[in-house]
Amino acid sequence: MTDAAIHLEHLTVSYGDTTVVHDVSFDVAEGESFALVGESGSGKSTILKAISGLAPEWTGTISVEGKARGHSPDRAFAETCQMVFQDPYGSLHPRKTVDTCLAEPLAIHGIGGRDSRVKDMLAAVGLDQRFRFRFPHQLSGGQRQRVAIARALMLEPRVLLLDEPTSALDVSVQAEILNLLKKLRREQGLTYLMVTHNLPVVSFLCDRLAVMRHGRVVEIAGVDALKSGQLSQPYSRELYAASGGTLQSA
Amino acid sequence: MSTPLLEIDGLTVTFPTARGPVDVVKGISFTLGRERLGIVGESGSGKSMTGRSILRLIRKPGKVTARRMTFDGVDLLSLSERQMRDLRGARISMVMQDPKFSLNPVMTVGEQIAEALVTHKKLPRRELKERVLAMLEAVRINDPSRVAGLYPHEVSGGMGQRIMIAMMLIPEPDLLIADEPTSALDVSVQAQVLDIIDDLVTGKGMGLILISHDLNLVSRYCDRILVMNSGEIVEQCKASDLHNAQHPYTRGLIAAMPRMNEDRDELPVLDRSTWTTGAGT
Repeated sequence: MTDAAIHLEHLTVSYGDTTVVHDVSFDVAEGESFALVGESGSGKSTILKAISGLAPEWTGTISVEGKARGHSPDRAFAETCQMVFQDPYGSLHPRKTVDTCLAEPLAIHGIGGRDSRVKDMLAAVGLDQRFRFRFPHQLSGGQRQRVAIARALMLEPRVLLLDEPTSALDVSVQAEILNLLKKLRREQGLTYLMVTHNLPVVSFLCDRLAVMRHGRVVEIAGVDALKSGQLSQPYSRELYAASGGTLQSA
Repeated sequence: MSTPLLEIDGLTVTFPTARGPVDVVKGISFTLGRERLGIVGESGSGKSMTGRSILRLIRKPGKVTARRMTFDGVDLLSLSERQMRDLRGARISMVMQDPKFSLNPVMTVGEQIAEALVTHKKLPRRELKERVLAMLEAVRINDPSRVAGLYPHEVSGGMGQRIMIAMMLIPEPDLLIADEPTSALDVSVQAQVLDIIDDLVTGKGMGLILISHDLNLVSRYCDRILVMNSGEIVEQCKASDLHNAQHPYTRGLIAAMPRMNEDRDELPVLDRSTWTTGAGT
């Protein structure tokens, strides 16, 4: 499976003596949007961390865009794969302006034309140029999440890892960010691996999903199965009922 | 229900800022019987401030004013701080958002729940213990005697929130204010916790104010809904009539939510200019 954007095989991740992800294998195709769902502690965020290099204690195979990932920090890897975190209040440096924050990855990787790249990126994520020299505390939650997405896209990666990108936001702002993610993926042909516990969000943004529990993948299904409520495993159905009941009353 | 449990008329909460006082709640009025009322709105809409001002929990320099604020015939505005303390917990209690921050980390769960009861009613120790264990069982905690001996860091989030609920309900209050009781919890646990609140509230005939940003959740668990936006109530309706909501803000909120069976290519985004009068950002 060399054509897969993300290829995981027998991935096992531990923190010290505790193993949190057990023998997980799946592929995410180029340009696909794949969701990992499950309750807290099911290991879904840990998979993203292992891929991005934040959880270095893993065994198995991780390869992104055909290149195997090593256990040490990898500069070239950063150019193909970036991560967006859950909480825009925590993920931006409070004493760096939007401009500094966006230009930093370019400086690290020695890429020129920073001024125009920052300008273009702000426009791409729907932020006005006047926000360029503001600090994170001068922005709203939705604007911050736009900056966080812009930062992740500065190196023009092919793959984005999204860790609950909208769960800290209000419904109306969530809609804006989801639209933005959908637009960016369409325009740039990005691959998404998204962690969420919100099944309706999966239905809106993703093509396939993996349901996780206790560090194992319980079920991998297409989004159509989710839409029509035809998930096969009992746990997936339970999860579906817990959030599906919400929808029936709408 | 001839007289309502809670009557609020012209409630305003004001905070001073560098640019002069700002009203975060702008003269809202509502009444509550022994029913389940949901208050919905986005961050900054003043919904939590409304909940807190009923218990007079707004700290200085915040200021609460109202033409009338009565609870079961008692005028909340004229009570002394001491009388207010007797009322809090015993007759009106509040479940906060995050059990991690609202439980005392250095007391066992059992001690904390007992404390909530003893503060308002002196009881012999044996009876106290029985009441605590019965309450833990009522919030569907298996093996209550083991859990009573645990510290908050030893329990999960969902269990912590159930412990909070046990603590708030053990003095048998008449009104429970639940401020985002489940937003820190997993979807699968959310439903359990709300079912417990629902059972206990309807079983004891209490009043409930459920404050949340989640329209669907509120419409599932409440009889009546108030929708708040920038400190004002923009819409009041029965939960079952939510889909017929009139106000553009409410309609926008409903539309902006992704559905399980999503076929829209783009989610409609709130156009705030349609109802605000240019104030704020």
